[in-house]
Amino acid sequence: MTELIFELTSPGRKAYTLPDCDVDVDYDDKIKDFIDEEPVNLPEVSEQDLMRHYVELSTLNFHVDKGMYPLGSCTMKYNPKINEDIARLDGFSDIHPYSADEDIQGLLEMLFDFEKDLKILTGMDKFTFQPAAGAHGELTGIKIFRKYFDNKGEDRDKIIVPDSAHGTNPATASMGGFEVITIKSNDKGCVDLDALRDAMDETVAGLYLTNPNTLGIFEEDILEIAKIVHDEGGLLYYDGANLNATMGISRPGDMGFDIVHLNLHKTFSAPHGGGGPGSGPIGVKDFLTQYLPVPVVKKDDNGNKYKLDYSLENTIGKIHGFFGNVGVVVKAYAYTKLLGLKGLKKVSEMACLNANYLKDNLKKDYYLKFNRLCKHEFVLSGKNQKAENSVKTLDIAKRMLDFGVHPPTVYFPQIVDEALMIEPTETESKQSLDNFIRIMKKIASEAKNNPETVKKAPHTTPVKRLNEAKAMRNPDLKYENE
Amino acid sequence: MAYYPHTSEEIEEMLSSLGYESIEELFEDIPKEARFNDESLLNEGTSELEVSKLMKELSEKNKTVDDYICFMGGGAYDRYIPSTVDHVISRPEFYTAYTPYQPEVSQGTLQHIYEYQTMICRLTGMDVANASMYDGASALAEAVIMAMNVSRKNKIVVPKSLNPYWLRVVKTYLLGSDAEFVMVEEKNGEIDYCDLEDKIDDDVAAVLTQYPNSFGIVENLKEIKDKFTSKKTMFVVMADPIALGLLKKPGDLGADIVVGEGQQLGIPLSFGGPYLGYFAFRKKYVRKSPGRIIGKTEDKEGKRGFVMTYQTREQHIRREKATSNICTNQGLMTVAASVYMSTLGKQGLREVAEQSYKKAHYLFNELTRIDGIKKAYPDKPFFDEFVIEVNTDLNKLKYKMKKEGYLPGIILKHQYPEKDNQLLIAVTEKRTKEEMDSFVSKIKTILKG
Ligand SMILES: Cc1ncc(COP(=O)(O)O)c(C=O)c1O
Repeated sequence: MTELIFELTSPGRKAYTLPDCDVDVDYDDKIKDFIDEEPVNLPEVSEQDLMRHYVELSTLNFHVDKGMYPLGSCTMKYNPKINEDIARLDGFSDIHPYSADEDIQGLLEMLFDFEKDLKILTGMDKFTFQPAAGAHGELTGIKIFRKYFDNKGEDRDKIIVPDSAHGTNPATASMGGFEVITIKSNDKGCVDLDALRDAMDETVAGLYLTNPNTLGIFEEDILEIAKIVHDEGGLLYYDGANLNATMGISRPGDMGFDIVHLNLHKTFSAPHGGGGPGSGPIGVKDFLTQYLPVPVVKKDDNGNKYKLDYSLENTIGKIHGFFGNVGVVVKAYAYTKLLGLKGLKKVSEMACLNANYLKDNLKKDYYLKFNRLCKHEFVLSGKNQKAENSVKTLDIAKRMLDFGVHPPTVYFPQIVDEALMIEPTETESKQSLDNFIRIMKKIASEAKNNPETVKKAPHTTPVKRLNEAKAMRNPDLKYENE
Repeated sequence: MAYYPHTSEEIEEMLSSLGYESIEELFEDIPKEARFNDESLLNEGTSELEVSKLMKELSEKNKTVDDYICFMGGGAYDRYIPSTVDHVISRPEFYTAYTPYQPEVSQGTLQHIYEYQTMICRLTGMDVANASMYDGASALAEAVIMAMNVSRKNKIVVPKSLNPYWLRVVKTYLLGSDAEFVMVEEKNGEIDYCDLEDKIDDDVAAVLTQYPNSFGIVENLKEIKDKFTSKKTMFVVMADPIALGLLKKPGDLGADIVVGEGQQLGIPLSFGGPYLGYFAFRKKYVRKSPGRIIGKTEDKEGKRGFVMTYQTREQHIRREKATSNICTNQGLMTVAASVYMSTLGKQGLREVAEQSYKKAHYLFNELTRIDGIKKAYPDKPFFDEFVIEVNTDLNKLKYKMKKEGYLPGIILKHQYPEKDNQLLIAVTEKRTKEEMDSFVSKIKTILKG
């Protein structure tokens, strides 16, 4: 058990130094009543105590630099180290957000150039980098839906999402004030066209979709889907979580999407940071450009200076206090320059090769509901293990921890029972995939021959299975021992 | 440069094991009309060395707060960041992990967030804090949504002394909802109490207040709270975390939700992000709150451990009924904030706040002695940011001061069109007497000139 930093505290201990205050000023009478006599009760530790504490905590984490992390839908690829160095250059990290345009020409040039690449990659016409994550991009998109239809004087109050959609899609629709209509997937794991036709009418603002979908299957009928939505006057939103499958191969703009978000923290190698920060730029087709949040990056009329443009006519306003997670964008840009768009195409090819290779090698050992070509990920099921030996998917996931790999995303998408959603990403080598296959096969055989070992897993982790019910029953959300 | 490790032999081997001859066959399921075929648009990659050079060149075209002496704030501040912060957040164990979905191998992240939650609660005087929102402005927006859900009312009372840029984000978040924004006038740099009394009634979901406000003035939270007519109305305070190192806690003054921009807690300016929205509130509202929350529990052998809890509020379980759509948050930035708060500790945060206060007041006194410069709000208390009224064209003054090597502050007219000649100046612990004295003498010279 690692002590809490508060338990290391010893009153009077310090880990900081500051220069002596070189002005001689006292608190004036106006502020006196507002001052708290007691300083905030923060930890009091030495610098060494502090470093040991955080290093010890760090050793308890699994992470991409330690081993394979095939968390479906999250694209846990390797994060190139050079990105980290670049984002820390003073010329990026020490810029005040209210700097004048003339002081940030390099930064604006970067955003402008990155936008050019993203336009080519997606087939969209204009981007904003303001959204701070995928769901924030979705939110920006739903507000554009809202304002667009308000301006057209159309009263549309519903959004369609497939039952395979990520939770952020319906949650976003609600935050836009829309009612959510969930439509069933067909037996191929794709949008059911009849269900879509039935649901789609002039009260529906549009469809939120990811392609390939969360089963890792490319929506073959995407053009027909777009037509059905557009024919009724709706808009199509592309959840870019799965762009890692199709870069340079198929573009959301050509598929018929009107708004797309990208996850720079997934597809473009910016690290996930234990939960963030991300970056979720959105791109739109020409007819929606004027709805983007302000400002956007522009070249001035002479074409040699860059500026921030606030003059969008129908802008939804601002979605971030400043300009988004620019420090994350810097990493994604560096990555894009390293690989080039050609390299990104290869990324998608290798991501899909890896996924199909794993799927093919594991489908005998685990039930595969949709046995067909997949893109960058696929979904297995632990339902046979559950039925035969009452070994649940959760148990399988926990057992994987004992073998030094991170489990896939589990119990999502909800349309597959006991789902194991596996996304190896392109950065895993064949050796690493073969190792993963060995582990999964071993667990499948343990589930048959020695189910208790699996059910009681993990055995080798810093803590064993944790009591989540207790955490809910007796909520302890902060350290109370002041 | 590429990061896929496959040799061409391996590619062939893997393909043939699948019964394919070429990579293209992996994409057979994509209809022709949806294919991208214009290879000529795809540019080439380049080496690490070349990219380093390119990025260095781009970065050098930017002017930083090290090229200037910075007196600019307005929500983002040039503060000292102890070395510990970057050393900890540079550890791949923190930055290459993700959301702690598997608690057995994520205790580092989980215990850290529990500690972070504790520090934020102690800073704000609240019961519960979440694991972060995208930034201060979006945290404020989520607080408004939460207040509407708790109170089941839709009127939002907003003083004009709240940062208009951040309010703009709130309004965007609430597009399509039935929220009704009611503005309260500003009087002498703070909320106009008479107007507040007029605007407040039993239908108000939330009263928002920035602490200190967008002019740097410390609003009297207690007096504002006293004007509430309904118990259901939520008091949402957006507080500067460094100011909380000195000032009374919003939680002790009647706040129900306290949010803020956490950039000042050890996070570099980075042109506005990644920052950190901190979010804290009273316990009884936990089920309506947005974002991830970590709780303490034990493993099956009785060992202390931490897990994500109250997940039934979140989008991955609740879908359209979730309290928010947030998924990825600002995780690593909370590590920076915790390391910052732990490095400074109890005494250090107080000292940073104290030095900022003293230096700001020193500069205020010196500047307002100059002919042509007035105190904009003379009888109001401020913390480390203040407004002066300068009898000159501020754009020209700013231009000249920048040439002299200073970022002199923010021209308030951009946010408040009715405010002429007002300059908002921020002073952090980083500024020295020498820098301030020369700043004063340069302004003096320019105003004379
Ligand atoms: C399919 C899908 N959509 C949306 C999101 C949300 O993205 P973010 O976490 O960046 O907000 C995710 C994230 O896991 C996802 O997998």
